[in-house]
Amino acid sequence: MLETETHEQIEQHKIITKWHQLITSVVISSAVECSSVDLSRKRELVRRNTDKIAIVRRILFEHIGGKNVMLDCGMHMGFNDERRFPDFSFITPEGPVTSFIDCVIISHFHLDHCGALPYLTEMVGYTGPIYMTHPTKAIAPILLEDMRKIAVEKKGEGNFFTSQMIKDCMKKVIAVTLHQSLMVDSQLEIKAYYAGHVLGAAMFKVTVGSQSIVYTGDYNMTPDRHLGAAWVDKCRPDVLITESTYATTIRDSKRCRERDFLKKVTECIDRGGKVLIPVFALGRAQELCILLDTHWERMNLKTPVYFAVGLTEKANNYYKMFITWTNQNIKKTFVQRNMFDFKHIKPFDKSYIDNPGSMVVLAPPGMLHAGLSLQIFKKWAPNENNMVIMPGFCVIGTVGHKILNGAKQVEFENRQVVDVKMSVEYMSFSAHADAKGIMQLIQYCEPKSVLLVHGEAVKMEFLRDKIKQEFNLECYMPANGETCNIPTPHKLSIDVSLGLLKAENVKYNNQPPNPKRSRVIHGVLVVKDSSMCIMDVDEACKEAGINRHIIRFTSTVKLEDPAPSYKTAEKLLKIFQEKLPGWNVTFADGAISVETVLIKVEGSEDELKSVYISWTNQDEELGTNVLEILQSIGQVS
Amino acid sequence: MKLYCLSSHPNKPCYILRFKEITIMLDCGLSAQTALNFIPLPLVPSSRLANLPSWLPRESVETQLEGELKECCGRVFVDSAPEFCPPLANMVDYSEIDVILISNYSSMLALPFITEGTGFKGVVYATEPTLQIGKLFLEELVEYLEQTPNKNQAKYWKEILHLLPPPLSDSFKPRSWRQLYTLGDVKNSLARIKVVGYDEKLDVYGALKVTAVSSGYCLGSSNWVIASDYEKVAYVSGSSTLTTHPRPMDQSVLKNSNVLILTGLTQTPTANPDTMLGELCMAVAMTLRANGSVLIPCYPSGVVYDLFECLSSHLDSLNLSTIPMFFISPVADMSLGYSNILAEWLSSNKQNKVYLPEEPFPHGYLVKTGRLKHYKRIYSDGFSTDFRQPCVVFCGHPSLRFGDAVHFIEQWGSNPLHTVIFTEPDFPHMDALAPFQPLAMKAVHCPIDTSLNFTQANKLIRELKPSTLVVPQAYTQPPPAHVHRSELVIDQESRYVISITRGEVVSLAVRRHSAKVNLDPVLADHILASEVRPGTSLATITAALHVKDNQHNIKELPEDPYVPKKRRLSKGDDTLKSLRYEWGALDVDVFVRKLKQEGINDVKIEPNGSGYIIHLEGADTVIQVEDRSTHIYSEASEVSLRLKLRSILMQCLNSF
Ligand SMILES: [Zn+2]
Repeated sequence: MLETETHEQIEQHKIITKWHQLITSVVISSAVECSSVDLSRKRELVRRNTDKIAIVRRILFEHIGGKNVMLDCGMHMGFNDERRFPDFSFITPEGPVTSFIDCVIISHFHLDHCGALPYLTEMVGYTGPIYMTHPTKAIAPILLEDMRKIAVEKKGEGNFFTSQMIKDCMKKVIAVTLHQSLMVDSQLEIKAYYAGHVLGAAMFKVTVGSQSIVYTGDYNMTPDRHLGAAWVDKCRPDVLITESTYATTIRDSKRCRERDFLKKVTECIDRGGKVLIPVFALGRAQELCILLDTHWERMNLKTPVYFAVGLTEKANNYYKMFITWTNQNIKKTFVQRNMFDFKHIKPFDKSYIDNPGSMVVLAPPGMLHAGLSLQIFKKWAPNENNMVIMPGFCVIGTVGHKILNGAKQVEFENRQVVDVKMSVEYMSFSAHADAKGIMQLIQYCEPKSVLLVHGEAVKMEFLRDKIKQEFNLECYMPANGETCNIPTPHKLSIDVSLGLLKAENVKYNNQPPNPKRSRVIHGVLVVKDSSMCIMDVDEACKEAGINRHIIRFTSTVKLEDPAPSYKTAEKLLKIFQEKLPGWNVTFADGAISVETVLIKVEGSEDELKSVYISWTNQDEELGTNVLEILQSIGQVS
Repeated sequence: MKLYCLSSHPNKPCYILRFKEITIMLDCGLSAQTALNFIPLPLVPSSRLANLPSWLPRESVETQLEGELKECCGRVFVDSAPEFCPPLANMVDYSEIDVILISNYSSMLALPFITEGTGFKGVVYATEPTLQIGKLFLEELVEYLEQTPNKNQAKYWKEILHLLPPPLSDSFKPRSWRQLYTLGDVKNSLARIKVVGYDEKLDVYGALKVTAVSSGYCLGSSNWVIASDYEKVAYVSGSSTLTTHPRPMDQSVLKNSNVLILTGLTQTPTANPDTMLGELCMAVAMTLRANGSVLIPCYPSGVVYDLFECLSSHLDSLNLSTIPMFFISPVADMSLGYSNILAEWLSSNKQNKVYLPEEPFPHGYLVKTGRLKHYKRIYSDGFSTDFRQPCVVFCGHPSLRFGDAVHFIEQWGSNPLHTVIFTEPDFPHMDALAPFQPLAMKAVHCPIDTSLNFTQANKLIRELKPSTLVVPQAYTQPPPAHVHRSELVIDQESRYVISITRGEVVSLAVRRHSAKVNLDPVLADHILASEVRPGTSLATITAALHVKDNQHNIKELPEDPYVPKKRRLSKGDDTLKSLRYEWGALDVDVFVRKLKQEGINDVKIEPNGSGYIIHLEGADTVIQVEDRSTHIYSEASEVSLRLKLRSILMQCLNSF
């Protein structure tokens, strides 16, 4: 009579990814927020039954108050025009972004993750909340200012944000601490986890109702010389959005890479060459400085090691003050010896570029796309004794990317052509998780599905297959501008009356243990206004303000048994106990009860006995059975 | 829900909360006030202390008491290794504790007593600064006592308390006092701490969620919210609404709790911290100008940071910048270092400095410029060469029973040019000074206690609106020193207040009618609700209940593997699954019409009391209809008729 449609009980996470190649700017819109889910479900339950016969089509959940969270707001380092900023019109074709985006989360201070933030807040006009960790809030404005200077003052670009805009933007940032559960509004909750990678880098869990995602940003699963390993608890998100920069690499041990790096540096300075190491001023640079400083100390080397002026001291001050974000070792010993007070590393001056003899220079930026490192590169590239070591990933379009791909000549905007005769080395020092690390993270947080971003398609496919194979998880890798709909099961949390639970518990504890038998709860779900509660049938009627109508049946069976009626009753009791094993058959006040079915014997000695059987409509099956048993006795005797 | 009180000192609290079968210890403060009854432990042997006359009660002939007690200016002291009063041990078996929550570093000094050698198996939660600074407090205390041991183990005095003069005779259960733990105990005990952040939700065996929130009292200090699905208990211990260096107090999450446990109010309710700070600066300047030196007995962290900051700038303004400040503590370097790397736990003013980047506290700068010099002990390298007077010395311990402060009091006590200034409120300053009398140096009392005062606490309670408030008994009457100040109490009007004192257990009834369960989506999808009135729908549910980690989940019942294919009377579940309940009154006319439609024509209706009796002629069947019930009496042989009646009846009634 009543039919139920078979359909998947799913909510949909709508994930829109949009970024220019490597800019991570994923906008996640979870279609339904918690309370509207509950409400629409209730409406559905009600509606179906008022129209009892017809099949009520499932009401699709409206996009009521869906949450949109912007995860990172980076810029592309390979473009010099408007393409370097994300295209926000993609996510909200019409209307202001503020009403569309509930909050912006920045994972770490690298410009490909936060570079477009002043553009978003000061030029596009976003005024909603922005979250990042304390170190990111401290360091990001320095890198932004640095980039702005290179773009505007050196390259003369227009339509760029100003110094004041960076300051104004940072004032709007809300700093978060690790593991803090922060409510953005009454439904949207965020929580940061340690990500390694760079100082202050964090992964974020975003929760709306019973649905959640974990967004990793860049992360590192192996501790290095100055940072710890990423960690996340078993939070079982519906979707894990992970970067997959090194999707296929399983890198050799850190020690080997470090030895290799030092060997290359030593070889070059031994032949009188100059070593250029382009680095981000903050992050990998500090690790390399610790590495070089300890090596120089141990080997008693005299070759000068330089680090770009200004940023060094400031950068190291940040590391000092946020030492709780570094690894255990540094934390423990910082009072005795600050790891960031380097003995052998001196500030660099531009006049040193042409100094004779060997030297090692760490200079920003890391991808040789502008600034000091590029300036030094132009001078040193033509000499085959020299060496450039690229310690990290380079974006397409940068000089770094070109020479890593074997370019022997590099042409610049002003038609200047530089021959690249110096040796070009690549060392994977970027603190990104490799395939092993990504798999490890999946193991940590046990997501229900995985979404890969930030990597090359072929490598990502390899990783996706691996994830599907090993964890049997759905794995998505949406292309630029593609929308990814990820079905997630929806959990409903409802109330149950304590009395009902306790009664069940008593019943359960009185039964002989049987692991194969499931515990059963029987009650009535009351859906009233905005609440849902399961209770005992009488409680439910009271709650709903209605009266139960009890249907009772009483049937009579004639039995011939010449004995006092209590004797007859005793006989019947035995029969029922035999025929209905496992059922609760009792005898009290002259009546037999089989569970709630009552049996009473009437009539005097030597006479035909009347046996009355009485049961309620809910016991129909049992009642008929008892009746049948009695009738069969009557026929036999 | 039950609350046990294990400590007699509201500022060194220790409670046990039993809630949803979980045993939680709230703080484990250690009162060091008992140490005041003991002879100080000087760094270098002091002939004055050694030659104090022995004291014996007049009536006593106990020879065992010989040498246990000494007298100084009319006060009697125990000549023995100092002892401390740990939380009451026999109320709760420590091995049953699931979780210890620590509010701040000053209320955790009994931790090794609780966790070591007691069978304790639980977890300890504290914030990172509480752990790091608490470690400094514990280590400093142990080091002070181990560096200057007193070999005596006096115990007979405890047997004759009634013969002793006050305050010794008022000692509370001195037989339970214990000597301090060892460094090994401290290390093992601290290793049990799991570090938590503010607003981090911790799951306790699936039954409770526990969260630390900022309390504004000191670095990393927290209040705790302990919540089940329905109840909320807020534990507020050591909070401050003043603006000093820690992160401000977060009150929003404490609101509307079922139970609020409030403790750790100011110990000096009549002293205003700002005024005291001003007086302190003046007293220091006056002493220095007169060429005297100043001793400020202090703990290794806390208000001392604010003192460095305020005092140095005050002295600058008076052209006294050349006066050195000495900070002497076994953990001085760690304390100064740590305070400057805990930016996330500081007030926004201090926090903003690290964005520049500048150190949040100026003491790093003061150390660099030589204004503030720090040493582990007075015999550390460099101290004797650097030391010059006049100067300001910050050192422990504020009880003046051990630590380097004892040395300075002994050295400077006879010189009226010098001043000792008491800022820490934990010890009555006259009691602290008692074994050093007669004293020529000036003693100034400037207690700086930033904890909530009674006015602030009463305001807080009004805003938090708890259903039940629990406070230490001491807060229900004015403090002994100010018996007439009736405003120095917790307001008990218009609110349900329970007071508790050491050794007491109180039951905190929280009424609850329902619990949370997770409804499986597949099951939810098969539920059909009937609307019984606008806005209210009912659906009968029979489902499998899964209980795991205190979480209830309900799912569709699995097919019972024990029910054979051929029809058999199945027990319970399957029948229950299709069960419905009828409701509302039966419209007899409609019923009769339907009977006729089904061919049952010979019907006789007669009114009977509040209802009707329907006779079916030709069959031995009677139907008794009432407002809330219908009873069908029939012969067993008339099965098909009965089933027909049942079906018709059910068509006429509403059901869910
Ligand atoms: Zn990065």
